Amino acid sequence: MIPFNEIIQAVIFIIGLIIAAPLFGGYIAKLLSGKKNILSPVFGRVESLIYKSAGINPSEEMDWKRYTFSILIFSLFGIIILTVIQLIQSTLPLNPQRLSNVEFSLAINTAVSFVTNTNWQSYAGESTLSYFVQMIGLTVQNFVSAATGIAVLLALTRGLVTRQGNSLGNFWVDLVRSTLYLLIPLSAMFAIVLVSQGVVQSFSSYKEITTLEGYKQIIPLGPAASQIAIKQLGTNGGGFFSTNSAFPFENPTPLSNFLQMFSILLIPASLVFTYGKLIGSKKQAWIIFFVMMFVFVFGLLVSTYSEYSNNNIFQISGLMEGKETRFGILNSVLWSTATTAASNGSVNAMHSSLSPLSGLVAMFNIQLGEIIFGGVGSGLYGMLLFILITVFISGLMIGRTPEYLGKKIDAFEIKWAIVAILLPNTAILLFSALALKTNAGLSSLANNGPHGFSEILYAFSSAAGNNGSAFAGLNTNTVFYNLMTALGMLIGRFGVIIPCMAIAGNLVKKNITPTSKGTLQTDNFLFALLLLGVIFIVGALTFFPALSLGPLLEHLLMNNGITF
Amino acid sequence: MDTRKKRKLFDRKIVVQAVLDSFIKLDPKLLLKNPVIFLVAVGAMLTSALFVINMVNGNFSSFNFQIIIWLWFTVLFANFAEAIAEGRGKAQSENLRKQRTQTIARKMINNKEEKVSAVELRVDDLVICEVGDFIPADGEVVEGIASVDESAITGESAPVIRESGGDRNAVTGGTKVISDKIIIRITANPGDTYLDRMIALVESAKRKKTPNEIALSILLSGLSIIFLLVVVTFRIFFEYNQTGNFSHNENVSIPILVSLLVCLIPTTIGGLLSAIGISGMDRLLSHNVIAMSGRAVEAAGDIDVLLLDKTGTITLGNRMATEFIPAPGFSEKYLADAAQLASLADETPEGRSIVILAKEKFDIRARNIHELNAHFVPFSAQTQMSGVNILSSTGSRERIIRKGSIDAIKKYLSSENLENVNTITDLNFSRMIGVDVALAGGTPLLVVENKNVLGVVQLKDVVKGGINERFAQLRKMGIKTIMITGDNPLTATAIAAEAGVDSFIAQAKPEDKLKTIRDEQSLGRMVGMIGDGTNDAPALAQADVGIAMNSGTQAAREAGNMIDLDSNPTKLIEVVEIGKQLLMTRGSLTTFSIANDVAKYFAIIPAIATTLYATKYSNGPLSVLNVMNLSTPQSAILSAVIFNAIIIILLIPLALKGVKYRPEGAAEILKRNIIIYGLGGLIVPFIGIKIIDVILTSIGLV
Repeated sequence: MIPFNEIIQAVIFIIGLIIAAPLFGGYIAKLLSGKKNILSPVFGRVESLIYKSAGINPSEEMDWKRYTFSILIFSLFGIIILTVIQLIQSTLPLNPQRLSNVEFSLAINTAVSFVTNTNWQSYAGESTLSYFVQMIGLTVQNFVSAATGIAVLLALTRGLVTRQGNSLGNFWVDLVRSTLYLLIPLSAMFAIVLVSQGVVQSFSSYKEITTLEGYKQIIPLGPAASQIAIKQLGTNGGGFFSTNSAFPFENPTPLSNFLQMFSILLIPASLVFTYGKLIGSKKQAWIIFFVMMFVFVFGLLVSTYSEYSNNNIFQISGLMEGKETRFGILNSVLWSTATTAASNGSVNAMHSSLSPLSGLVAMFNIQLGEIIFGGVGSGLYGMLLFILITVFISGLMIGRTPEYLGKKIDAFEIKWAIVAILLPNTAILLFSALALKTNAGLSSLANNGPHGFSEILYAFSSAAGNNGSAFAGLNTNTVFYNLMTALGMLIGRFGVIIPCMAIAGNLVKKNITPTSKGTLQTDNFLFALLLLGVIFIVGALTFFPALSLGPLLEHLLMNNGITF
Repeated sequence: MDTRKKRKLFDRKIVVQAVLDSFIKLDPKLLLKNPVIFLVAVGAMLTSALFVINMVNGNFSSFNFQIIIWLWFTVLFANFAEAIAEGRGKAQSENLRKQRTQTIARKMINNKEEKVSAVELRVDDLVICEVGDFIPADGEVVEGIASVDESAITGESAPVIRESGGDRNAVTGGTKVISDKIIIRITANPGDTYLDRMIALVESAKRKKTPNEIALSILLSGLSIIFLLVVVTFRIFFEYNQTGNFSHNENVSIPILVSLLVCLIPTTIGGLLSAIGISGMDRLLSHNVIAMSGRAVEAAGDIDVLLLDKTGTITLGNRMATEFIPAPGFSEKYLADAAQLASLADETPEGRSIVILAKEKFDIRARNIHELNAHFVPFSAQTQMSGVNILSSTGSRERIIRKGSIDAIKKYLSSENLENVNTITDLNFSRMIGVDVALAGGTPLLVVENKNVLGVVQLKDVVKGGINERFAQLRKMGIKTIMITGDNPLTATAIAAEAGVDSFIAQAKPEDKLKTIRDEQSLGRMVGMIGDGTNDAPALAQADVGIAMNSGTQAAREAGNMIDLDSNPTKLIEVVEIGKQLLMTRGSLTTFSIANDVAKYFAIIPAIATTLYATKYSNGPLSVLNVMNLSTPQSAILSAVIFNAIIIILLIPLALKGVKYRPEGAAEILKRNIIIYGLGGLIVPFIGIKIIDVILTSIGLV
């Protein structure tokens, strides 16, 4: 039976999200608009100082090419800096453990991982990276990669609401405002709460202590709380320590656990309502929110059911192996569902040890394109691509050139939306196949059969979905996996951002058709149903064969008493 | 026209030709135009080649052979769908074309007549046409007047008048002169005439894809790429699963992989896509509308605002007298009698209608003019007035009757110094009635005799029967109608209300049309407009969909992107419907096609994986996915492939006729189509595949 206490937590979690997202989302719209807000007296000056010192003209309007170029340059710059400081970390300060320089493929992988908001971790934080790299390198990227996601969302939104214009806004301004007014204050507050719960925040070197049994144990420390706050809020997910939020110093109490889970979905869910505010339609936002929530809850139910159903091998239900023993099974699957729905990737349990069907849910969440809330900004712009496809098919069905928010959707938008959906899926399937066909890929496997296949499929799904969680059981710190997953992450990030920007650039030029009785409504349940249908069908048709040979087969075999 | 509408869906001759064409269309160059079907053809080629190699080595697989046959059928069925749509469209235009190539034109060269073939004519050539001649090419009359039989194109048997100058100077190639002689200046090079454009729209080789069709093709190609990837990687994933303790050496064969691919890629819509487009043009043609491009037809489905001229479109051409309203002291009959007398010399339709009304109402017949000893003042455009002076037997003037617009009569009275106290009061009275009349959508005419105002004749526009329902339909579709009229606002209001248009522009000048269109367009609306006059040309060109009347001027016909051969202004409604139907058919079949994949997965995946982790006693665990309980793996795969091919044939009638359109709001249409084609698309293949499986098993093919 599911403990009542855990059910209550899950219910509070969902209701809390339904209440918080609309309220906070509206507020975010205000924060990002550049209008005076509660923080402007403090940060207003900082903002203009940043523009002045960086030589940015905040009133410059960018078309899509310039906006995209700025994103790419900024990201490239981030990757280079992050790689270089890892390669020379032994000569840099704040390295009390005297950790040596990072190997090249791992450095590249880590740099790409954090810049793309994936936070795939081939490294073990405490034994590989110095405090300097964690703070100046990773934490900075935690902030700006999330802010970049918001910027793309804002640009796409402007493309939808501007009538026959050209400008999508200014990337630097969007970047600075998102970081300064939203991410930094929220993270600072959250970090303090986390410290109050016992998350460490320290510059001292690791402590060596003697345990009660008389053994020596090394206790890793570090400036963790500040990074963990943004790791959750920015859907980054890269833990300070290797075991992520399953480590007591990273996630000490049930309250910290609940708040961390909540903060995973807080901004992605709220941004839906920010979007609603910007396009001037709360109803549209609720419909998108409903679709996301529906898939989320559905996944959660399947996972929970599967974890609590009788295991044929052990003849018990509710296996604790690999779960977060302190918080219980439901909190483990709630986390695993949330972290894969949002492209967060932090974990508090071992996904490899989830029941096959919960593992399937986690994997499918990622493979849907990280649009069920998804990453900060990226979740919603990914969802908007699916909305365009849905609008196109259903628009044809009512006999009109399809239009969304009054903007006609033509071949250009469809082409790029398809590219954006196609590219990450290609990376997942092709790279998995490549790994299965090469020794370099197979030698990292700890299990074989469908479970081994799931490990590889999950790894590339996580990379191309910019999720970052790992199924574990697969040694990914090899040159092959470091480079292939890095490539997957780049494709998953920029293979979606560039099409989105191109679409924004094309939409912004179009006129807005006023609605009439003949217009397809996108703010009712019929549309929500259609959107769900398209998301499921595209996702299912693409991954059903693979999933049936992975987790589904494993599930069926497990019922027959066969494990791997 | 009626015979054309009722023509059979599958004419025998067309079907035979289409079957031949299906094979001709196997030419890779032609197949490449349709990426989805091309992919099927490549798969069929690949499996055929492998099959031949195996056979040379002495391995014959009946299962593979059947797969190959059905793969080729899939390609042929798709070709057949296109060919039959093309055949029907061509048949329609073939007759016209035949006439034109055989036509001998009498070309004027240096004022001398010379006989040349019609295809040698170029723009600006002059040709002579006399009784019995076919007009060799599109052109305009520069000299003379003639009646022309346009039934070959319009299906309308009554001949029409074509004359130089004015708004009726355009002639169409293929029509026949049945009286008099005209000189025509050719306005289109061969290959450029309306007929040629029309033919090009129903021939796949020349047909340009429309914007929505391009977008849809991209979507379908994208899906095909995804499925290609799914299938290729599936083999590798499958192979890996057989490693370790459970290894066996069976792998997924190429024919099975190709079958999986062909079942998954959207072959249904891919195969029918061009048939849908062609038959859309063909349907348009059967409504006697020629479109200059497929794009225009699609745009017609998007129209938000429709601009209509009042005269001839909403109302019958001319205003008619409908009522006599006498002034105090005079009877209605007396007024009618005077009005009839005053109108005898008014040859305009309005004047004639007064004579007729008086006759109908009071049986007052036109009298013998000589007996009356009357002098008539005929209607002139300048005076806007007509009348009669009837002399008494003594020769002195007895009755001086005048009839005209209020302003004209007022002018007349003051100029003749006939105003007295009475007339002025009467005039005021008549003005009051006049206002009432105008409010009711009519135009008041005053009738005076000597110094007395006898009353008012009400002239009214007669709104065409059934137009109200048509506008109600348009409103249901979400299309706003705007009436354009030169009338004063009072009259316009009344007619607008009677006809049921949403809005109107009164006292409109020609340039107002253009302005209205631009204004609506800048608000993001798509505007449709119908016109015929030369001064309509700019507006027709500006409108997103401009339909020119065939009876209109050459300028108007060139500015529009469609021509209505029947010159029937309400035709636009049909055009809108055809445009919408075109998109709906594509969208619905796409949904159907994609929804089909779910069932196919449940047929093929368990069939392939049945050996995976199978034990001596049971099939592999993935067999639980075999929800249809198909008898054997071979039968399952074959059934899916057969279903996939047959469904193309079964849906050809739907592609040709189009999804049924009802004028309704978007939400209702969407709901219905989702249920039929979305839900239906999910369920139908489960049933279909199962039935085929049962048949295959019972006749022992697998």
